[in-house]
Parts: sequence; C-alpha cells; structure tokens
Amino acid sequence: MTTVSPVLPLDVAALRADFPILARTVRDRKPLVYLDSGATSQRPRQVLDAERTFLETSNAAVHRGAHQLAEEATDAYEGARAKIAAFVGVTPGEVVFTKNATESVNLVAYAMGNAATAGPEAHRFTLGPGDEIVVTEMEHHANLVPWQELAKRTGATLRWFGVTDEGRLDLSDVDSVITPRTKLVAFAHQSNVLGTVNPVKTLVEAAHKVGALTVLDACQSVPHSPVDFAGLGIDFAVFSSHKMLGPQGIGVLYGRRELLEALPPFLTGGSMIELVTMERTTFAAPPQRFEAGSMMISEAVGLGAAVDYLTAIGMDKVAAHEHALTEAALAGLSEVDGVRIVGPTSTVDRGGAISFVVDGIHPHDVSQVLDDQGIAVRVGHHCAWPLHRRLGVPATVRASVYVYNDLSDVDALVAGVRATQKFFGTAQ
Amino acid sequence: MYQEIILDHYKNPHGRGLREPFDAESFQVNPTCGDEVTLRVKLDGEKVTDVSYQAQGCSISQAATSVLTDLVVGDTVEHALSTMDSFVDLMQGRGKVEPDEDVLEDGIAFAGVAKYPARVKCALLGWMAFKDAIGRVEAA
Repeated sequence: MTTVSPVLPLDVAALRADFPILARTVRDRKPLVYLDSGATSQRPRQVLDAERTFLETSNAAVHRGAHQLAEEATDAYEGARAKIAAFVGVTPGEVVFTKNATESVNLVAYAMGNAATAGPEAHRFTLGPGDEIVVTEMEHHANLVPWQELAKRTGATLRWFGVTDEGRLDLSDVDSVITPRTKLVAFAHQSNVLGTVNPVKTLVEAAHKVGALTVLDACQSVPHSPVDFAGLGIDFAVFSSHKMLGPQGIGVLYGRRELLEALPPFLTGGSMIELVTMERTTFAAPPQRFEAGSMMISEAVGLGAAVDYLTAIGMDKVAAHEHALTEAALAGLSEVDGVRIVGPTSTVDRGGAISFVVDGIHPHDVSQVLDDQGIAVRVGHHCAWPLHRRLGVPATVRASVYVYNDLSDVDALVAGVRATQKFFGTAQ
Repeated sequence: MYQEIILDHYKNPHGRGLREPFDAESFQVNPTCGDEVTLRVKLDGEKVTDVSYQAQGCSISQAATSVLTDLVVGDTVEHALSTMDSFVDLMQGRGKVEPDEDVLEDGIAFAGVAKYPARVKCALLGWMAFKDAIGRVEAA
C-alpha cells in the first residue's frame, strides 16, 4: 500500500458527477471501478447533451441544401472541426473526419496505394519495390496491418524498430532502419500497452532527413496530454473520439495541408467531388475530398463538446493527474509479490496505461476475478500481438486511468490483484 | 464461475502433452485473447483412442480441454460429437440450460461460465480443435 497519498491535481469527485455511468454498480452491487479508458472512455453529460441538443434543434445534412437547418448543421459540424483542429495545434482544413482512427490510417495507406494512378502531384506518395515502410514492434494492429497490406500491394518492404526488454523503442541504430530507401515512418506517440511515450522529434527528424513521410498514431496521447501536431512536425496523425470522452463512430485524420492537397482520395462518391461527368470526375479540395458520403454529424458535435470539456480542465492538469495516478499504481503493484509490470516501471516518458502479469494466473482469470469485485480492466493482447510475442507473454492485464479516476481506484486495483492471488492460491 | 472442479482440472490437467501416434492435428486460436491449443486425435475405426494436446490459456480453456479428454477418449466418434453438442448447448445457453451430469460429467461445472458471454469461447477452444481434428481424419 502507498503510505503517502499525493494530492491529485483534479477534483475527481466534482468531475465524476458529470459521468452518470460511474455511479452505477456492477456484479452484485459493487461500485464500478473503471480502469479501461484506454479501450474506451466514458462520456460526460456535457457531451451527451451537446449531441442531443444538436439533434433536437439543428439536425440536417451538412454541405448540401440551403435551408436554415442545413446551415446550422453545417456550422455545428465545421465549428466542431475548428475546435478539434485548435486542440491539436493545426488548422481546420487539415482535419478530416473518419469513422475511427483505424479508418484514418487506412485512408492514408489506401490513398498512397492510389497514387500510382493519380495525377503528377500524387507522385510523391507512390511506393514500389525497393521502397521501405518503417513501423515499430509496439504498434497497435491498426498502425501495423494497413502498412503490411500497403507493402504487399505495392511491392515495398516493411521494416521496424524493435522494442527493448524495458518496453522502449530500440533506437540504438536509427540510421540503419530509417535509410534513403524509407518512404514512410509510422509509429505510436504513446503505446497502448506499455504506456511508453516515444521520442517523436527524434523519429521525425530521422524521417525528414531522408525525405520520408511520418504518420503518428496519437490515439493514446491526444486524450491524455497537450499535443501540438504542427509543433511536432509530423506529416499525418490519427486519433479517435471515443478515447477522449467523445462519441464512438468518429475518428480524426490530421494531414499537413500541402500533403492533403496532393493526396488522392480513398473513398469516392457523394460530397467529395468538384465536377462529375459520365466519363470522369475531379475532386473537391481537402478535407471534403476525404469525406465521401453522409458524415457523422452529431458525433462531430459531441467530439467538439469533449474537446471543450478537456480544454476547460486543462490538458496540463489532465497529464499531471494521470502522472500521479500512474506513479501510485506502479508503486502499489510493484509491492505485490508475483506481479510484473510489462512496460517502463518509472513514470519518465510514460503515460497511464499500466499492463502487468501475475505469476501463475492467466491474465484472463485475473480480469475475471477483478470483474467480480467491480473492477473493469482490459485483458488480452490489446491489438498488439507482435509486442506481446516480443515480450514473451501471451497476454497482459491492462489498467488505464483518466480524469475521473482517483487513488481509491488504484487502491482497489492493488487490493483486487492480491485477492486474485489468494483466490487462485498463489499467495497467502 | 470458478467451481472447484474447474480449478482442479486447471491445476492437474488430464491428458496433457502431445503424443504419437495420431491421425490428425488441429491448431486453434482465440484471436481476442491469444489463447492457443494444438490438439491431436488418434482413432481406431469408430473409436477415439487418444486425445493429446498442448495449450496456452486461461483456467477455463485449460480445464475445459482437460474435461474433454475425460469425456471423449474411449468413446465412439459419433457419441463424442453428440457430447460436444450438449456442451456447446450448455455454453451458449446464457446460464439457462440445465446440464445433464450423465452426459457431461465434470463438464457440468462450466454451467456458470455460460453466464459470462466473453468466456464462452474460452471453454469451447479445445472442443473446436477436437471437432476440426475429427473432420481432418474423416476428410483424409
């Protein structure tokens, strides 16, 4: 048990009042201890209300129709885009809405695959035999499989940075991995399993030195800390709404304006065109070029409200809060015999995803006994199977914290793990 | 959910290890959690004479595979597959199917698992491998 309780930067009790779901009980009236925000976060009333208010007052299709509701809906949708752009330090014309972050990565991968048959401006995106795509061994499948597939379609070669035993990227020889053959470098800002925060600037510099594009998976960073894509110098970045207090069903792709203007479309059809004849079509300017068909409008409004909510708290405070919780969780879990943290054991360059294994008890069984105590954690390979293989574990238990967690949640987790060991007879 | 019978099979699994000779082998994986089983069957005509396996997974998947060997080794293929049907019915019954101990023996301990939809696939992993292996023998 931790002996000194730090004072947390956020007033958790006040925040929790905004999240109705956190007041419910589970499994025979146990209070819910929600430690699975890395998978999906809960939504405050402000987000739910924003969606409902939009639907009750201004719902209409956007960017078509000239009636008042259509105008209001378009303003709400574009207003959300502007808020989200400002939140990550970029301009609205650089923000594309997608179904989710996975689709955002696929958008870039498929658009690059289409470059060979697009105009000369798209030439910079073409890949072929001899070209290389670089990823890392700690990627979520969403930032790995689309690149494997792109390599397969184009004849390019996939290469990757390995991971050290401590759960950091092995950057001991960057220049042997990122070479003049490299055309693209895709990597996570923060690992969804290890919590490791990767050195974005180091990788961006190495990539740009050889003229390669960079794609940042920011799903686990944007919700939890101040992130400035323009400042990081990244070319493309993706993140998802539902991990940052917003609705499911909407993700974001950021692309530097100049790149989006040259990038051919992925999905084609309505709304993304400039001129259509029976023979051929020219495409709208970004971001519309990448938003084919009817889009998710109330979800965009909800994500805008989530950004407002996080901005009102202050992302510096969010990060400091999670830092304190992570420190307490790492300290608490490391005091339990038989528990091994999978990932950095210090809080340096580390976020609030805390994965671990318990000797002699399969992670699935750990999570089941925790669930019986009302504690919701994630279990499995967390869509990062190669990383688990590298670290020699079939699966891990992952606790992940957010603004509405406090030290009592961490204490419940540690006590729950001890109870699990007692239940399976691996500790007294 | 964690009946004593399940924990006993988990700690002291029956029939574990990969043995020769065998007629067919099946590798099954649960893609949501990464649990794996490699299972071999040896038949003598209509009779299942051996089931051997190597598995990596949670207590539920390990124990269910252990119980499987008790239920099917020495049985006919036809009857073993009908036992499997009963077990699958139990597991997919959301806790509302009354298990028949005469048919499922220790398998009745998994009735509680059926209340946890996320864990049903764990209990069925070894059985899926068994069915697949039988299918391979018959197709050969």
